Amino acid sequence: MTLELATTAGRIAEPASHENSPLCVRGLTVTYGQKPAVFSVDMTIEPGKMTAVIGPNGAGKSTTLKAALGIIKPVSGQIQVFGKPIDEQRGRIAYVPQRASVDWDFPTRVIDVVMMGLYRELGLLGRLRNRHKARALDCLSRVGMRDFADRQIGQLSGGQQQRVFLARALAQDADLYLLDEPFAGVDAATEKAIISVLKALREAGKTVVVVHHDLATVTEYFDNVFLINTRKVAEGPVETAFTADTLQAAYGGRLATAQVEQLSRAVG
Amino acid sequence: MSGEEFVPLSLTPMLIGVFAAIACALPGNFLLLRRQALIGDAISHVVLPGIVVAFLLTGAIAAWPMMLGAAGAAIVAVVLIEAIRRLGRIEPGAAMGVVFTTMFAGGVLLLEQTDTSTVHLDVEHALYGNLESLIWLDATGWSSLLYVQALMHLPVELPRIFLTLIGVSIFIGLFWRALKISTFDEGFARTQGIPVNALGMALVITAAIAAVAAFDAVGSIIVIAMFICPPAAARMMSNRLEGQVAWSVFFATLSAVLGYVLAGYGPLWLGAYDAVSAAGMIATVSGLILAVAAKFGPCRSRTGAPQAA
Repeated sequence: MTLELATTAGRIAEPASHENSPLCVRGLTVTYGQKPAVFSVDMTIEPGKMTAVIGPNGAGKSTTLKAALGIIKPVSGQIQVFGKPIDEQRGRIAYVPQRASVDWDFPTRVIDVVMMGLYRELGLLGRLRNRHKARALDCLSRVGMRDFADRQIGQLSGGQQQRVFLARALAQDADLYLLDEPFAGVDAATEKAIISVLKALREAGKTVVVVHHDLATVTEYFDNVFLINTRKVAEGPVETAFTADTLQAAYGGRLATAQVEQLSRAVG
Repeated sequence: MSGEEFVPLSLTPMLIGVFAAIACALPGNFLLLRRQALIGDAISHVVLPGIVVAFLLTGAIAAWPMMLGAAGAAIVAVVLIEAIRRLGRIEPGAAMGVVFTTMFAGGVLLLEQTDTSTVHLDVEHALYGNLESLIWLDATGWSSLLYVQALMHLPVELPRIFLTLIGVSIFIGLFWRALKISTFDEGFARTQGIPVNALGMALVITAAIAAVAAFDAVGSIIVIAMFICPPAAARMMSNRLEGQVAWSVFFATLSAVLGYVLAGYGPLWLGAYDAVSAAGMIATVSGLILAVAAKFGPCRSRTGAPQAA
């Protein structure tokens, strides 16, 4: 009895220790219609690390991210960003949506998209000055897209579009970067460019969270993983949380035995 | 044509046509990019029950109650459309189709079941408008523009549509950046703290107000055409939103002026005697401009169409 009380006390005290977590989610449940997409998920992102959010298709990876950002309304759950409600911290978060979520025929140039990242700073009517443009161009340079500044966004390849989205996030100059499948359908050069930018962000003390699909690159790219299949499966450093067991738990029968064996070898 | 003839007979209808065209084309740019351009069509149908109800309540065919009734019905409709779109998670076109056919049918039933059918609620007038009748009889020439006495007798539609245009322009100008971001990337807009739902609703309500004001002055054909044709043609002229909106204003103006002149004089030039409907001609011209832009505009290719995923 005493032991149990102690445990409970410990659990109550726990959230306090996560006060400085860039993103702390408690009891998040999201439903589409009647079907829960995410069920009672807790997530604590470690500051200054790169975390991969992993799980099978339809496991609620993007949904968790979107709900954490307030893009979709959860049924229940608490979200804290750097220890405060998200509405007070919007300026510290940069978000890169899935590339396919927007219409790339939209009449706008690359540089205009990047400058959308300055909205928090400019507000509704603030004047766009030369220094803003210079900053946007600098962000484009960091992703190797400076020469494309005046192109219409529909004229870019998928990988280039993804890099423009990343440049927009850089323009936000945030502390927490959330990216939804940034490596989906991009060329190898873009993948390299993106990962080096993300690593540079980590070196600068920023926190990066990536919804990721490619299990083969997890150990190479990321410090931490968050495995989800509607419910949380595992969370923590790659070495302990990204194992054959947790993968089996997250993917169930959906991962071919050969794949599991291959991955087990990859993760050791 | 001399000022004595032009100012009283053609200046005011032309200006009303231009203002109405621009007031519809401006929000039309955003509606088009949001795949909601059919809202003009929807609004032109849903105003019918609004007009009938206004008549039933007041018992008179007067401009203001009818406009208020129409505006009320339009706003009810856009709120319903947004609600159905969001709750039902269906595309905007389907939500509009459901709402406007139902409300229009309701209007027809109301019209039939009450004694309004004996009253002359002129459907034809509502459809084509009566641009040519909005003349300024007190004017004697260009100098009339300086006489307060004459200006007091301008057709009431002119200041009404002008004020609507100012209101629409202020809304678009004030929320330009937020409208642009939320139209392009709704998810990102939400993370920036932009009230996406409220802004989307404000946009369609603005469009509804513009539609009703224009509808009253020039009829629904122009409204439907101007929400779509000038912005669609403009999109093929520019790859920037700023450019698109500027071109759409130009095309709206061109359609109104050219359409009005062609309606008045075109048949005469062709040897016929009667003028044709200005509203019909303006809408036709806007459609022809769209066809030309679709064939020759510099920014026609759809390279960025989202891939099937």
